[in-house]
Amino acid sequence: MIARLIADAKHIAVGAASPIPATACELLRAQGKPIRVTRLHKRSGNPFTEGSRELFDLAGQGRIDYFFLGGAQIDGEANINLVRAEGRRFPGSFGSAFMYFTCRTILFREEHSPRVLVPKVEFVSAPGWSPPEVARRGGPVALLTGKALFAWDRERRRFRLESVHAPHTMDEVRAATGFQFDDGTATATPAPTADELALLRNTVAPRIAPDYPDFAKRVWDKGQGIN
Amino acid sequence: MAARAEDLVAQVPDGALVALPPDYSLPSMAMVHALIRRNARGLRLLGVPVLGLSADLLIGAGCVAEVHSSAVSLGEAGLAPRFSEAAEKGTIKVVDYTCPAVHTALQATEKGVPFMPLRGVLGSDLVAGHGDWQVAQNPFSTAKDPILYVAAIVPDVALFHARWADEAGNVWVGRRRELATIAHAARQSHVTVESIRPGDMLEDELLAPGVISSVYITGTAVAEGGAAPLGVADLYAIDDAHLAMYAKRARSTDGFQQYLDEFVWQGRKSSLPA
Repeated sequence: MIARLIADAKHIAVGAASPIPATACELLRAQGKPIRVTRLHKRSGNPFTEGSRELFDLAGQGRIDYFFLGGAQIDGEANINLVRAEGRRFPGSFGSAFMYFTCRTILFREEHSPRVLVPKVEFVSAPGWSPPEVARRGGPVALLTGKALFAWDRERRRFRLESVHAPHTMDEVRAATGFQFDDGTATATPAPTADELALLRNTVAPRIAPDYPDFAKRVWDKGQGIN
Repeated sequence: MAARAEDLVAQVPDGALVALPPDYSLPSMAMVHALIRRNARGLRLLGVPVLGLSADLLIGAGCVAEVHSSAVSLGEAGLAPRFSEAAEKGTIKVVDYTCPAVHTALQATEKGVPFMPLRGVLGSDLVAGHGDWQVAQNPFSTAKDPILYVAAIVPDVALFHARWADEAGNVWVGRRRELATIAHAARQSHVTVESIRPGDMLEDELLAPGVISSVYITGTAVAEGGAAPLGVADLYAIDDAHLAMYAKRARSTDGFQQYLDEFVWQGRKSSLPA
């Protein structure tokens, strides 16, 4: 699904805690798309010679098309919170307060529940939108969870439900989402094709495993595909 | 050069602002362990731009008063347990950053200017947590154009690890040149190294780009395997199993103390003066 969302990209950067987005990018490459994928935490042959500073300089100039961000909380105005929620401390904002302004951003969080998708975040690590006088080239494009895909409507500053992943239902998505959204046209998310699954297992998995060893073990050692 | 990691951290005063690299960028675990053994107190850690195991160990061992960082996490091994608990209980002060703001603040110091502008960030709650950031009008624009000004940060000390030091006192960090920015900005930089190379690496055209000049280096000490259980490119990899084991043990105070006894004190506790 992610691979389909970012299919028009030329340069995508993928962060440390993003094995599934990294997998999507490698899938695009395996499908022969001429994209550059910069994996920030590539352990050997890292793309940078000035560390993460170089990533932010690249993004600041507009040399990166897409980035992925998650959140302990995400609200209906696409604000994200990576700092604290319900008394719990999370790692922190990382580069979000900058990358969200500079890149088209796919919000990605597997957990789709009212505690994650909240009416209002407790702490704004990075805002979903900015007033017109604030320089901002990037921002949310879509929100993808383990249950559904939402598109971001920039004019209305609201999410619109695009599709629901089987076996989940529209009612389930509504019950699990703590914020208001538009849901007029939602369909069923198309399943990955047999070709995509084969590529994931045979070509993509070996490219992902060195940098995300736990993830690769969890997903591919059990002999199940991912989408 | 007979200095040890212990000798280097003896020069890090309690309460110092200590700049540390992330787990993936040559952390000196040898000096982190030595700081714990020397019972350092009140340290203010600066994550450049994020922190992991090194910070979690120092926090759990009671060495830390403040954490200034864009994040503290163990990566795939999950949340940093000692950091999370200390932040939730309020036993440490946490000043939240976003990564490029840390780099920018150090680059300002590197250039000897009082602040530097940074795009983005406006509208984030991070801004309210910083007396050292200001939102100002872009002085070169006639249109309304607010931009963030980030004050320079001068770390008292930078601590990191490197592949080599040479006889001239230079150190080689290879592609990890963000460490040069930390060294340029800090008042003192202490570096543990895998080994000593003869001669002067700045005389070698192929090695020179990965070198930090001795101008910026206060002290070096050999600590073979000094980044372990984290890695040094081409020498040894991050020990993921060790990190997972740490993450599990550090969930409880007892488990954390056992970890310290086994991997940091290693039986040396009794031989040190109180």
